[in-house]
Amino acid sequence: MGKCCNVGTEQLKSAGAIKKVALVGNPNVGKSVLFNALTGAYVTVSNYPGTSVEVSRGNTLIGNVHWEVVDTPGMYAIHTITEEERVAREILLNEKPDVILHVLDARNLERMLSMTVQLIEAELPVILIVNILDEAERIGLQIDLPLLEKRLGIPVIGAATARKRGIGEIRKAISEYRLSDSPLKVVYGRNLERDILEVQKLMQGKYLFARRALALLLLQQDEEVTGIVREAEGGNFPLLEQKVKEIFFERRESFHLDLSMERREIAREVLRDVVTFPEKDLVTWQEKLSTFSVKPLTGVPLLIVVIYFGLYQFVGVFGAGTLVDIMEGKLFEEHFNPWITGIAVAYIPWETIQELFVGEYGIITLGIRYAVGIILPIVATFFIFFSFLEDTGYFPRLALLVDRVFKRFGMSGRAVIPMVLGFGCDTMATMVTRTLESTRERVIATLLLALAIPCSAQLGVIIGLLSKSPGALFIWGGTMLFLALLVGFLAARVMPGKPPIFYMELPPMRLPQIGNVLTKTYTRMQWYFLEILPLFIIASILLWLGKVTRFFEKLVTVMTPAMGAIGLPKEAAVAFIFGFFRRDYGSAGLYDLQSKGLMDGRQLTVAAVTLTLFIPCVAQFLVMKNERGWKTALGIALFVTVFAWSSGYILNRLLLAVGFA
Amino acid sequence: MKLSEHAEEILEAIWVATEEKGDFCLEIEKTGVSPDDPAYAELTANALVEIREGMICFRPEGKKEGEMTIRRHRLAERLMMDVLNIRGEDGDSKACKFEHLLNEGVDTKICTMLNHPKTCPHGKPIPPGECCEDARSKGDLGIVTLTEFKSGQAGEIAYIQSEDSKKMQKLMAMGVLPGNRITLMQSFPSYIFRVGYSEFAIDSELAREIFIRKEG
Repeated sequence: MGKCCNVGTEQLKSAGAIKKVALVGNPNVGKSVLFNALTGAYVTVSNYPGTSVEVSRGNTLIGNVHWEVVDTPGMYAIHTITEEERVAREILLNEKPDVILHVLDARNLERMLSMTVQLIEAELPVILIVNILDEAERIGLQIDLPLLEKRLGIPVIGAATARKRGIGEIRKAISEYRLSDSPLKVVYGRNLERDILEVQKLMQGKYLFARRALALLLLQQDEEVTGIVREAEGGNFPLLEQKVKEIFFERRESFHLDLSMERREIAREVLRDVVTFPEKDLVTWQEKLSTFSVKPLTGVPLLIVVIYFGLYQFVGVFGAGTLVDIMEGKLFEEHFNPWITGIAVAYIPWETIQELFVGEYGIITLGIRYAVGIILPIVATFFIFFSFLEDTGYFPRLALLVDRVFKRFGMSGRAVIPMVLGFGCDTMATMVTRTLESTRERVIATLLLALAIPCSAQLGVIIGLLSKSPGALFIWGGTMLFLALLVGFLAARVMPGKPPIFYMELPPMRLPQIGNVLTKTYTRMQWYFLEILPLFIIASILLWLGKVTRFFEKLVTVMTPAMGAIGLPKEAAVAFIFGFFRRDYGSAGLYDLQSKGLMDGRQLTVAAVTLTLFIPCVAQFLVMKNERGWKTALGIALFVTVFAWSSGYILNRLLLAVGFA
Repeated sequence: MKLSEHAEEILEAIWVATEEKGDFCLEIEKTGVSPDDPAYAELTANALVEIREGMICFRPEGKKEGEMTIRRHRLAERLMMDVLNIRGEDGDSKACKFEHLLNEGVDTKICTMLNHPKTCPHGKPIPPGECCEDARSKGDLGIVTLTEFKSGQAGEIAYIQSEDSKKMQKLMAMGVLPGNRITLMQSFPSYIFRVGYSEFAIDSELAREIFIRKEG
């Protein structure tokens, strides 16, 4: 009967429907690289576990058949624990892919083969991709792939996708795939088999997974699967549920453990004589570097070196200094702006409309100039720095290095990634907070990003702004650090919920491939630009409208007391209004004020602190709303506003008291 | 031989009096079990004790039995305190009930799990069992948590102990399964360990839940 159904679907498929192939596997085994190789599309690939938080889809033509390729977030087992794993399994449960590529790391066959066993057990159409074969060979591992294929009864292909090895074979295997008629028969111990059978007997519904696999998932108390089974079984479900509860209670001590151990035994049996281990371990320079980076005594100095050369010298001095001078100072101010203004004045008869494009708040002279002249070079250098570091595998090591410190602020070391990324773009970083485990951790990270982490563009402008007065820069830095620590420390105490636990896989350190770093930077830049450019233009239009209708002047007047309270001239209100559109835009506004000589050192420092703390830009607020919901987003926004102003007020008083100017 | 609870308590009392206080025998009133209890008859019938003129004394077999009984009692105390974290009077009274379950090899398992302790929580010696002698002669240092390891040390994972099933599943996903070999690479600021060819970093919270049989 099963066969006739298969024939039916075959015919349906060949009648023009698109076939589907899904990539699954542990985090950091090269799924995304394979996805890129198969589709020619680009998803961000990194040497960092858990980067694909979203499902990527692409298309490819194999032979003359169209295939949809689906890349899933990493999962460790069919029974899911984290959000990302749930997303990945969703595809297996609901989308019925024609072929599933299980990608695993050749160096860790035994651990990862357990999931292959689960996929076979669920009677899914699996092809096993033994990836990273090049690194396995380098350390002296020998793997008998034909024997493995024979034992598993499914196609097995060796590959090194990062080196483009095995891609052709994989494409061929996909197009030639037929459901295996003799896959590995998974047999557990007698007691477990009896329990599975008892549950299986009570199931009558129709499922995409084999009942046997579902029975095991039910016994593992998998909520989602229980829901699906409840639906499919209808009136039959209470009886089944009763049985599952009974067995689970009997085995409550160690069901998960027993199952894992049994699966490991099965994997070991399959792998007997398949893998030959090297006689002695080869210590590579990557491993030496890895050790160097995680020992506090050497790791902390290394971190300082990375920050100094990467962030300060490359992004700060080179990006925000040299490049901005060329782009903004030379290109825009000296050449482009006068030229475009000339054209506008010549061809547009109405002065008001001229203003819209080339005036003080003109779309071109302000919006485009800020976006391209100031923001672009800074963000580009930051993303190059970030992508390079990401590909070396340094971030997981940084995470473990700071875990103890981060715990004091209610976050695990894992949160270091969004925090560092926040120095590039807070909006993007807020999106990445979803890789954190608990809601508590995510909220704290979101709050700190909104409040205390200045994005690279803002950072660049502020450092440029305050650099003429080292005292001011020092006060700004100290105040920001103090407030960030204070808020994090308090949040960890006030927020309900359990403290986070930290665990992270450490991928081997690698020398990044320049092409990959550049592509990644380009993708990020593209995302950033598509997101910010419209905002800059809208901001310019609104500011222009405000000026034309004189609403803007009124707003400035309304804000004057608020400005006065923190000791700023009323013109600074402009920067704050800018700031709501983009934080960096706001800082750039301060830049203008300083060039006009409207503010002294004290005012500049207070303005810089308040503005850095002040409300995140519209984009970040929208992402906050998407990720955390209205209530949390509004709560954070309100807190940030009040906190920014109070801090500005107190700082101003303090500086006045000590006579800082 | 399975003795009644009262019989075991009498043996313990005699053992403490004769072995630790140096008396030859113990007055029946001082055993803590009333003189008309059937446990006395039980002990005499098994040829473990002799009762003469209100005094109760060990026969050679009884002394051995008494030693094992006291061993179980003190192991139970350790278990209450070290593993279950039940302290004070509550712990003592629970240990008194628990000790009677620790026969037929259960005591050996608990003793191994507790890493062959030498003293009870009150500082009194625990008579060594066969498992302790075995462990000593093999140089087996017993089972310790990953947090007790030094960098570079390796061992076989003995068990995982976690109240939280999700934590346990995370550990298992990392290949932390009983029987697998684990090497600790570093213990500060986080624990870095290696299983197979993979390295993982975890915090002390998780490291405390992994129990390892040391290789030396």
